[in-house]
Amino acid sequence: MTYGQAVKSAIAEEMRRDPRVVLMGEDIGHHGGMFQVTKGLFEEFGEDRIIDTPISESGFIGMALGAALTGLKPVVEIMFFDFSLVAMDQILNQLAKTTYMSGGLSVPLVIRTQGGGYKGAAAQHSQMLESLFLHVPGLKVVAPSSASDAAGLLKAAIRDPNPVLFIEHNQLYAKESDIDATEIPLGKAAVKRSGSQASIFSYSFSLTLCLEAAEQLAKEGIDVEVVDMRTLNPLDFGTVEKSVKKTHRALIVHESAARCGFGADLAAQIQEKLFDELDGPILRVTGADHPLPFAKDMEFASLPTVDKIIAKVKEVLA
Amino acid sequence: MSARRGQALKEPSQKPTLDYLAIHLNMLKLAKFEDSLLEYSKQGILRGSLHLGQGQEACPVGACLALRKTDNLTMTYRGHGYALAKGCDLGRMAAEILGRKDGLSGGKGGKMHLFDIDNGLLGANGIVAGGIPTAAGAALSAKVLKENRVALTAFGDGTVNQGVAQECFNMAALFKLPLILFCENNLYAEMTPLSRSSGNTDLCNRMAAIGLKTIRIDGNDPLEVYETVAQARKRAAVGEGATFIEAMTYRTSGHYQLDPGTSYRPKEEVEEWRSNSPITRFAKWLVSSKHATPDQIKKLENQADKEVKKGFEFALASPAPDVQEASEGVFV
Repeated sequence: MTYGQAVKSAIAEEMRRDPRVVLMGEDIGHHGGMFQVTKGLFEEFGEDRIIDTPISESGFIGMALGAALTGLKPVVEIMFFDFSLVAMDQILNQLAKTTYMSGGLSVPLVIRTQGGGYKGAAAQHSQMLESLFLHVPGLKVVAPSSASDAAGLLKAAIRDPNPVLFIEHNQLYAKESDIDATEIPLGKAAVKRSGSQASIFSYSFSLTLCLEAAEQLAKEGIDVEVVDMRTLNPLDFGTVEKSVKKTHRALIVHESAARCGFGADLAAQIQEKLFDELDGPILRVTGADHPLPFAKDMEFASLPTVDKIIAKVKEVLA
Repeated sequence: MSARRGQALKEPSQKPTLDYLAIHLNMLKLAKFEDSLLEYSKQGILRGSLHLGQGQEACPVGACLALRKTDNLTMTYRGHGYALAKGCDLGRMAAEILGRKDGLSGGKGGKMHLFDIDNGLLGANGIVAGGIPTAAGAALSAKVLKENRVALTAFGDGTVNQGVAQECFNMAALFKLPLILFCENNLYAEMTPLSRSSGNTDLCNRMAAIGLKTIRIDGNDPLEVYETVAQARKRAAVGEGATFIEAMTYRTSGHYQLDPGTSYRPKEEVEEWRSNSPITRFAKWLVSSKHATPDQIKKLENQADKEVKKGFEFALASPAPDVQEASEGVFV
């Protein structure tokens, strides 16, 4: 099953088991979604539960909050991660804070979106913006790298009584893997490749690049561990700690920009808590600190690649 | 049209079986509640900025009277009146506003974030249009779940110029949501008059173009407010969709406690409205229409005083929340 199909099957399964689950978003119903991820759901569940909205991200995300407070479990789609920027008040000021400000109201909703570059979509249709949503407390943030993780984590996200931002990646939709039907709890990282010389911490599409890099490094006799963070909030620091204590060297890889990114925070936490375990500086491979350019060579030069990861692992080991 | 300044109130057209004295008592309680807040603010007991709705008491009291306990409500930071009128416990509300342990949210929300789910209250809001989508979403869930429940969101004339408000007005019309869009047009968006903030100052005209049913009323007459919201509720509940109500009113206090409210408004204008406040006018009408004697009005004033005092006694006796709770409750 592909990553895209896995997302759909998880949604359909949750909609069958819980009549309170509804879908909202642009072109998700009649059209089946920009990437056809929700194709067929409208036919199965009807217009009461698969709600096509106008291009009004602030409005319908805020409505999902109101619906979540009054008996529904909305799964809202933001077509491109970049479009979340037009709805920041509703996401960060409203739904992320409602539980806290209200003294404990449950906000069971999922915002699904997809991001990522490598496809010639330039600066407003390619961004991975997870760091913005990690900076303001109140959202769980998930970014799966495989079809199996996508299905299992999405089920957990829909069942969670808190708001969850579920970040899919455009480059992963066609990627196939076997699906395990069980729910994968949020907040658990997974060691995707065991190794002894250095630890790579990554997630989403970048994680697949790390696995490829690890394969190639293995041929050169370099043995690295690859940890898929999967859930970025809550952070599974326990798995990070275990890996660092084993390899004593760390590299962090993500597609979003370096400045104030997930890697900056994770590196800070590792050095704060595990300084004595480190045999060298923590390095990063990230997206560039400038808007994503359109031209192909410029775009790839601005994003993590297998070659950049291999080179950086060698620096970490130097 | 503006609210009928100084004019006598008409006898209600449909003679609803309303408890007129209770309406007056509720307006008095709200006014006295806000008087107390202002006093505690001056004394430094109440922290932060304070946005009073003095002079607008007829809107929340009339509107909430037409709602059921299970109906949902959102409003802006100028929303103490809506919370009280919707049934919030006065003492717990005062405790929240004073940052005490027994407050509605244990002191974490404060006066701009009043929540009381048991009375359908889904939050006052620090962002003027921030709560409009929440109410629209509550209306959507009522529709999807086929529950006999509507939502009302109260906001000011300044709010209609925020983008998310327009997005929701459109969806309210599109989806025929069981929603009441209650606009208190007090003629000023904070300190800026409507004529300097809107290209088209006819708000009903703007909302009608979106596809909403609209009505402009005297927002200083609690009976007219009640009747209008009751009609809108009826429409919403039978699937006829949302109504935009433009309730003409006037804020006799400043935008917040340190704003005298006279630098951007003529003093005479403020004074004229103040001397014809909804409470003064309703009291006159109660007496002239023989629904109450002056003695009864006095008794209501004393009763409101007593209830508000009791609420603040409860709040002031409540301890500060435990500091370690600050890091708890981000998630359920």
